[in-house]
Amino acid sequence: MKYVRSFGLFWWNFVVGDDWRVAAGLAFALGLTSLLTHSGVNAWWLLPVAIALLLAGSLWRETRRPRSREDQRSYAR
Amino acid sequence: MSTSATLVLLGAFLASAVEMVEALTIVLGVGIVRGWRSTLIGVAAATIVLAALVAALGPALRVLPIETLRLVVGALLLAFGLQWLRKAILRSSGYTPMHDEDESFRRHRAQAAAAGREEKARLDWYSFTVAFKGVLLEGLEVVFIVISFGSAQGRLGLASAGAGAAFVLVVGAGVLARGPLERIPENTIKFAVGLLLTSFGCFWGAEGTGVDWPGDELSLLGVIGFLGALSFLLVRALRRQRLVLVPAEVKA
Repeated sequence: MKYVRSFGLFWWNFVVGDDWRVAAGLAFALGLTSLLTHSGVNAWWLLPVAIALLLAGSLWRETRRPRSREDQRSYAR
Repeated sequence: MSTSATLVLLGAFLASAVEMVEALTIVLGVGIVRGWRSTLIGVAAATIVLAALVAALGPALRVLPIETLRLVVGALLLAFGLQWLRKAILRSSGYTPMHDEDESFRRHRAQAAAAGREEKARLDWYSFTVAFKGVLLEGLEVVFIVISFGSAQGRLGLASAGAGAAFVLVVGAGVLARGPLERIPENTIKFAVGLLLTSFGCFWGAEGTGVDWPGDELSLLGVIGFLGALSFLLVRALRRQRLVLVPAEVKA
């Protein structure tokens, strides 16, 4: 059981990492691209735009959250 | 050599080099303090597991239709690459401390010195397990990158050659230096790798959904340029934001 849990945790960290919203947003963007493409719209532009928004949003959340003492020390460095 | 082939080779080389530098730091930290026999047996055992994984996964992936493969690989590379890029932007803008290989080496060495001695199967169990885990975990990332880069582009040999070159270079430099490779600009390389992984993920992920990129493979350069410019702007914006926030936080 311990090994199964470690294995699951490894893959969760590997794919999802620190911000699950990014992974969920990517899945949504890929699904939407597929839907549009199969409806006759060549939506090549959608994924780069989605990546830009998801990355900027994730960084904004990360830099606005309350930070620990260690974080604050690295702020001042 | 085509644009995408060059980028596959470069991406596999840089990503593998970064992971191998980290694995080398762990192995050196343990081996120098506790001896080499058990450490190297741990390295060999992890290498065998990784080789078995490549042997099993490589042919299995050839059975999948290329569109499905590109969608799955693209999605995984995107998720994985964006984590690297996000971390690299946070480091470059000063929100997260830079990765310090020398500090990491000292930490591993101190932990190895403090750990108790337990013998199992005539092996120093600490050295064996730390070396095994370190090489296996860093190696899994190399395997993932090489297989995904190689299989989605149909150039597994080229991606493996990139990883092989990184292995020779990193291990060779490690043997010569007899210490961690702290002079390698690891943070810069990680930024470049994050950019390449995310760009390839975007390109293949979209292709997997049926998109036709304008300009075909050349648009990959456009994606790299777009994400590179975006990252540069985000680093600048976060640096400015941090300069505004720091005085207020220091006062508090």
